[in-house]
Amino acid sequence: MNDRWVDKGMGQMLEGAVDDVRILCPTGRIDHTSVQGFQDDLLPQLNDCHEDGVAIVLDLSKVEYMSSVGLRVLMLAAKQCKGQQGNIVVAALSAQMQEIFHISRFDMVFPVYEDRAAAVAALAKKD
Amino acid sequence: MIFRFWGTRGSLPVALSGPGVRDKVRRALQQAAGRSFASDTDLDQFIDNELDFPTSHGFGGNSSCVEVVGGDNYVICDMGSGLRQFGQQVMADLGPGVPQRYDFFMSHVHWDHIMGLPFFAPAYIPGNEIHIHGCHDVMEEAFRRQQSDPCFPVHWDQMGANIILDVIQPDKTYQFGGFDVRAAKQNHAGDSYGYRFTRGGKSAVYSTDGEHTQASEVETKRFIDFLSGADLLIFDAMYSMADMVSVKQDWGHSSNIVGVDMCHRAGVAHYCMFHHEPIYDDYALQKILDETRRYEEIMNRGPALKVSMAYDGLEIEL
Ligand SMILES: [Zn+2]
Ligand SMILES: [Zn+2]
Repeated sequence: MNDRWVDKGMGQMLEGAVDDVRILCPTGRIDHTSVQGFQDDLLPQLNDCHEDGVAIVLDLSKVEYMSSVGLRVLMLAAKQCKGQQGNIVVAALSAQMQEIFHISRFDMVFPVYEDRAAAVAALAKKD
Repeated sequence: MIFRFWGTRGSLPVALSGPGVRDKVRRALQQAAGRSFASDTDLDQFIDNELDFPTSHGFGGNSSCVEVVGGDNYVICDMGSGLRQFGQQVMADLGPGVPQRYDFFMSHVHWDHIMGLPFFAPAYIPGNEIHIHGCHDVMEEAFRRQQSDPCFPVHWDQMGANIILDVIQPDKTYQFGGFDVRAAKQNHAGDSYGYRFTRGGKSAVYSTDGEHTQASEVETKRFIDFLSGADLLIFDAMYSMADMVSVKQDWGHSSNIVGVDMCHRAGVAHYCMFHHEPIYDDYALQKILDETRRYEEIMNRGPALKVSMAYDGLEIEL
């Protein structure tokens, strides 16, 4: 992948026993100038997000802000995962991203976790 | 150019209910905190300066109708239920005996945008000239159906005024009522159109009932070009972003934050949210306004964008 994705596989490092969680960590500002790259990088990562595959944690701690076009891609991701009977959650929102999630009401449609560890623990429990 | 809002609600007019009145009375009394007022002036000052907007005024409940003041004659966008009051105001100002010309611009002919016409008193008065401009060739069918048996007793052909339907083309500039007017197509069931009004170096866009999905950058850019540099955008901000892209996808409306992002890209100076969701009460709408201003603050990387929320009775002067 490219530098938009760092720490892929951090799930295993965080929770040694958990090997079915993939952590994705996009970075920077996601708006109309960068959203195409975000979408092109994110969606292929979700193909093995299904019952027998991996669950996805989107660690957004390195996302400075996200405009409506970025939120739209998050919704595409959620729909794709749901269609595959997979799980996707977000974690580690910065204060500003928390505000954006609340204003957009994405906090009502996305499971949001305090940090990676909490997200991984929650996903692991579901097995 | 002045924009005067006669109806700002989406989909269906709403009225303040008894419990809603009670809630406002309670809040007003709480905010007064036992104070007594020596005069009506003191009381008015308290209402104007100390009570919050949802308690003292609220956003109103009439469906879409916006007057564009400053041209050569009356110019109005859409014929929602707010049109009734506009007609009454004209009658009160001029009396029935003074023939007028009215130019209407129709976003589309969904019910909430045409329901005011049968209650528009000037439409019944011979001598008045009513030009209805729109990009839908089904306009006449919609108006005839609305005023026909068994749904309404006064038929379309019985209106006393001279009513002229004028189907115009999008992406072409016309001159009406002293304004340059240009329409652009929007994504909505049966299509809808936004209108850009220009006069004396100022321009404003009335854009309601449009779902700007932003799925295609080419399509998004087309509309941003239409908005480019406008002094005012009146925009369908009916849904939250989450609703717009999930349960209410393909329902034909946009969200508050999509409007902010489009204004930032297009260099719009004033963003006015419009076509409010009928289930929201005044306090919910005020909260959405506050949140939208905060979102704008977070996302702004350029010149200041003023953010407001339309209410019945609002006037915006450019
Ligand atoms: Zn409508
Ligand atoms: Zn409509």
